[in-house]
Parts: sequence; C-alpha cells; structure tokens
Amino acid sequence: MTEENGFSCPLPFHENAVVTLAHGGGGSLTHQLIEKIFRPAFDNPDLETEHDSAIIEVGAGKLAFTTDSYVVQPLIFPGGDIGSLAVNGTVNDLAMSGARPLYLSAGFILEEGLAMETLWSVVQSMKQSALSAGVKIITGDTKVVDKGKGDGIFINTSGIGVIEQGVAIHPSQIQSGDEILLSGDIARHGMAILSARKDSGFQNQIESDCASVAGEVLSLLDAGVRCLRDLTRGGLATALIEISGSAGVSIEINESEIPVQENVKGACEILGFDPLYVANEGRFVAFVNPKDTAQALSIMKKASADARKIGRVTEPAGKRVTLKTRAGSSRMLNMLSGEQLPRIC
Amino acid sequence: MKFVDEYRSGESVGEYCRALAEITTQPWTIMEICGGQTHSIVKHGIQEMIPPELTLLHGPGCPVCVTPMELIDHAVHIASLSNVIFCSFGDMLRVPGSEKDLFSVKAKGGDVRIVLSPMEALEIAKEFPEKEVVFFAIGFETTAPANAMAIHQARQENLKNISFLVSQVIVPPAMRTILEFPDNRVQGFLAAGHVCTIMGTQEYEPLAREFQIPIVVTGFEPLDIVQGIYMCVRQLEAGCAQVENQYSRAVKKEGNLAAQKLIEEVFQIVPQKWRGVGEIAQSGLGLKNSYSAFDASTRFLLESRRCEIDSPCISGEVLMGIKKPDECTAFGTSCTPDSPFGATMVSSEGACSAYFRYKRVAP
Repeated sequence: MTEENGFSCPLPFHENAVVTLAHGGGGSLTHQLIEKIFRPAFDNPDLETEHDSAIIEVGAGKLAFTTDSYVVQPLIFPGGDIGSLAVNGTVNDLAMSGARPLYLSAGFILEEGLAMETLWSVVQSMKQSALSAGVKIITGDTKVVDKGKGDGIFINTSGIGVIEQGVAIHPSQIQSGDEILLSGDIARHGMAILSARKDSGFQNQIESDCASVAGEVLSLLDAGVRCLRDLTRGGLATALIEISGSAGVSIEINESEIPVQENVKGACEILGFDPLYVANEGRFVAFVNPKDTAQALSIMKKASADARKIGRVTEPAGKRVTLKTRAGSSRMLNMLSGEQLPRIC
Repeated sequence: MKFVDEYRSGESVGEYCRALAEITTQPWTIMEICGGQTHSIVKHGIQEMIPPELTLLHGPGCPVCVTPMELIDHAVHIASLSNVIFCSFGDMLRVPGSEKDLFSVKAKGGDVRIVLSPMEALEIAKEFPEKEVVFFAIGFETTAPANAMAIHQARQENLKNISFLVSQVIVPPAMRTILEFPDNRVQGFLAAGHVCTIMGTQEYEPLAREFQIPIVVTGFEPLDIVQGIYMCVRQLEAGCAQVENQYSRAVKKEGNLAAQKLIEEVFQIVPQKWRGVGEIAQSGLGLKNSYSAFDASTRFLLESRRCEIDSPCISGEVLMGIKKPDECTAFGTSCTPDSPFGATMVSSEGACSAYFRYKRVAP
C-alpha cells in the first residue's frame, strides 16, 4: 500500500446520512433514492419507475398518469417561467407514454411575502401553456409557508392522458437496430437558468427550450415510434443511460450529430459543463424502426430544423451507452453523481 | 466554436498521431501536470491514439485534490458557525474531510455558497455587513491572482467582515519532488498551460537543465495535447532537454506581469502540505504579514491538527504519477464519485474521476 513512500489519503465518511442536493440532481444518487427508499416502500404491480408515466387500464382503454414538482430560480427566465415549466413538463411526460394529455392538477406552495404580481404572471403563463398544449387544469391546491421556508413558488402538477388503442410506447418495445432521433438542439434550458442568475456574469442571453412536445409526438405515433423519452434534468446522456438500463440494450451515439447552439456551447466551455448532461425542457429522443426513420424525422423537422438521427441501438446485451467522439475515439457515458459544478480554473 | 472546434478535429488529431508514430523509436514516459489535461486525455481517448510505446502519467495539478484534509475540516468547522457565510468554488464542496464535506454542512443548514469568482465574496460581505464572510482561497498559480485581487481589494475597502482560508500551491516545487523521487519514471513533462499564462515559462528552465528533462508548456484541447506530446517526444528522441511552448496562443515567456505583481503584493512563499503527498518545501503561497488581518485561520482561531485515517486510498501515489487510478483495488468498487475515499475521485480535475467518468470502449 502506501506506507513505503509516505503517500496516503485517509478514509472519509462513506454514508449519506442526510439528503443533499445531489440526491435531486437526476443522477446516480437520485436513482439510489428511488431504488433503496421509494421502490421498496411503494412496491406494487402497477408501480412504474422506468417510464415517464404509469399506465392504468380502465375498462377497454388505457390512461397515462404522471406527476412532477417544479422548483426553479429565477422563477421567470428567458424563454419561460416556473408556470410554463410546470404545465409543459407534465404534458411532455404524458406524451412520452404515447398519451394524448387531457387534464392537469396544480398544487402551489407559496412563500409568505411573494409579490402578487409574480404569482399572477406565473398563473397567466400556466393558462397560456395549457391552452397551447390542449389540456385543462381541473383541480388544485394552495399552501403558504413562512418567509424563508420556500423559494417564492413551488408547483406540483399531475396529469392524466388517454392512450389510443394499439399504441405501445415503452422501453421494452426497443429492438436491436432501432435508430435514435433527437428532436432538436440540446442543453438550452439548463444554461438559460444558469445565465439568468444575477451572479452568472453572462451577457449573452440564452433562451430556454421550454415547450410542449405533445402535438409533435401525437403525429409521430403513426410513424413506427417504439419508445420516447423527454430530456429533462440530467440531459441527453442520463436519458439514454436510463433507457439502455430499463430496455436492456446498448446504444451508440455520434457526438458530431448532436446539435448545440453556439452561445450554449460557449457558456458550457466557460463553466466546464458537458452539454450532454445539461437540462432540457422541450426536447426528446425517439427510438424508431429504421424503415420509419425518414417519415419520423420529417415530422420532427417540422417542429425543429435541428432534429436529426444521432445514433442507434446496437445489441441486446451490455446495457451501455457509447459516445463516438469528434476526435475519433469512443467512450462510455455514465450517470453523474449530482449536478455538474463550475470548474475552478 | 472558434478556437475550440479546430482543436478537437479528429482529422488534425489523427495527422499529429501519425507524425508522432513516425518519430517514436522507443518507449517514453511523459507526465501531464494539470488535471484539466488529464480529463481531456481520458475523455478524448488520447492514450489509445498515440503510439503504444508512449506512457502518459497523470500529475498533481488538481487544486481540489491537493488541498489538505485538515483544511477541509477547518472549512467545515467555519461553515457550520451560525454567523458565517462560507463562499467557495463549487468543486470544493464535495471533497471529503475527515468526517464530512461542505455539501453536508449546507444540508444541515450552514450558509455555504458557490461562487464563480472570489470578488463575489466581497460583494456578499458588503451586502451582509452583520455576517462574517469567508472565502476558501484555494488553487494553483492560476487562481492566485484573482484571490490576491480579492484580498487586496478587501484591504483597500477596509472590509472588516471578510477573511480568507488560504491553501495556494505552486507547481515547480512539486515537479522537483516528483523528479527527486527514487523510483521516478517521468522522462518528459507537459506543463500546465493556464498556470504558465500567469507565471510564464522561465521558471521551468532551471528544472529542465538540472534534471535534463524536456518540459513542453501545453494547452488542453486534444490537438494541443497530441502536439505537446509530439514536441516532447521529438526532444526525447533527439536527446534535448529544453522548455518549449506549445500553448503560444495563450502563454508568453514572461507570463502576465500584472498578475505576478499582485501575487507578490499579497502572498509569500511558504512550506505547504499537499493532500496525500505530505509537506513540500517552498511549494505554497501564504498571506504576507501586511494581510494577516484577513487570515480566516487566525480569525477563527483554528488549531492545526493531523488527520490520519487508515484507508486503502492511493490518491497520493496517483497524484505523483507512481500509480494509475485503475491500479487501486477500491477504484470503481468501494470508491466511486458517490462515496469517494479520496479527493481525486470527486474533483472535476481528479484523475480517478476522469477514469471513472470516461470509461473507454475497445474500438
């Protein structure tokens, strides 16, 4: 070991005795929470921890049901606000199950002292986003917490959508040889939030990609799509790693095919962030039978000219995601531990 | 993106690798100093692209990794105090102390804030005059000017509620330690480009002469690194031992004189402990007496302590290029970024974290 040359590095604590921010980062610690705490406690045949919505059979039909909570600072950012995020995020989760989103609930946790004008503007934005996505907000709840015990506004939305007969969108449907389509440029939401913070020092405004993708996805359902996944926190890399794990397949993607806007790329370089792991709020990947790629891609390109094929499913075993880099090498993508932190120098 | 994409082009990198293969006639071992270079090498698979005769060893240039554990413990202690706002570069927060890290302090209610620049800590001190603001001033020569500027300005503005927990290290003495080690394998160095933008290249010349070793100041993109390796091998094959500058688009021979003046104004050379390695003579920067009022370790009356805990961690040997991360029995099994034994597994410049994060796939 190390005594002979005097070098060592002592053992620190090895247990997470408290919840840290990393547990909410969407990376490996979030998965640990799900696997070690939530899944064992809530275990039942309908529990869905590997897809964006749970699927419930009602009579002859199927419903998709999902929930999500939204915490973001600043509450209003270029390209959206916490209200549009709360509607679009849940609508998109329903869409990823192949469902037509129908109804949402909205739960508000408000902090004492929040400007009424801010609440008004957030709620107006929710109204607008719900109208655009074709969903109705039909139930809700409000709680107020002491000043200093919230962060202005927290919102939870749950959603219900209907899955038409014959539609089966799930990681289990993925087959070897399927092609992977990305719906547009990545990493905009995460960098928009970061650069909107007053201490970021960025002058170049980056706009979030926050949007509903439900309409686009409904037109894709006829184009042979086997699985869909929206890219939220954890970014493209985490979404693909999750899918490869739950579908039991390996995935190969090409770095040079992944579109990132110049200003987003620049901000990522300065902070030392990998755009593959930065959050999105209006982007998804679609797994399609190669014979359907052309049709699916032409539908996706109508929503974003940057939509493109980024890779394929390589083999049934292995469960790994490989990135072919621009420099010509290949490496595995792994889940991050917590969020990316700005580099020092 | 300009000045980035062209340095990541597979075609140019491939061309340099072919040229490298042509001039390489025997095995050589080269160490890159900076953790940023290590990450670039592992991320882009450069070891696999260069001739198999060449071995790359990873050096100690990870500021977070070499910050002594007792200083993390001091930081944890100060950050836990109720009247303190503790400001730090983000990467420092998940580095384990002997009992916990700064993220855990934050989770338990400590006011720990991630800042992008030490000047932000000054702004926070002005915004909260009733609080004690402490900045964790760590790093190599690269961060020293900004930290010195913040300390200097705090004195100029007569700010009473800010202090600095300082752990500044400098590169050349660590290179000397590596070269003096009896089992040293390093035959050439890629010096850290960003350190040299501040300090210039002249201070490496005595090392190159004394130890007859080529030192190539190198950048961070894949093309920079293969070109740096090419220049180093060219010298080794020709029996030369000179300081060369691959990163000439950023590094001048004399460095950044204004930054050096500021460092000199605030800091003095002191002996410095490196985590996992031990004390290296004349390898640190401590506050000069004229700035001692801003020293957090005296303001909070911190007693020096020794942290010795039995561990399988070999990060000291990894930092000195004696072993590679995957030679550690704990690597990727009991030691992962979620539950690290050493700082090299958590820092975005640590060699173990690079090996863990960018696992290679056989072509």
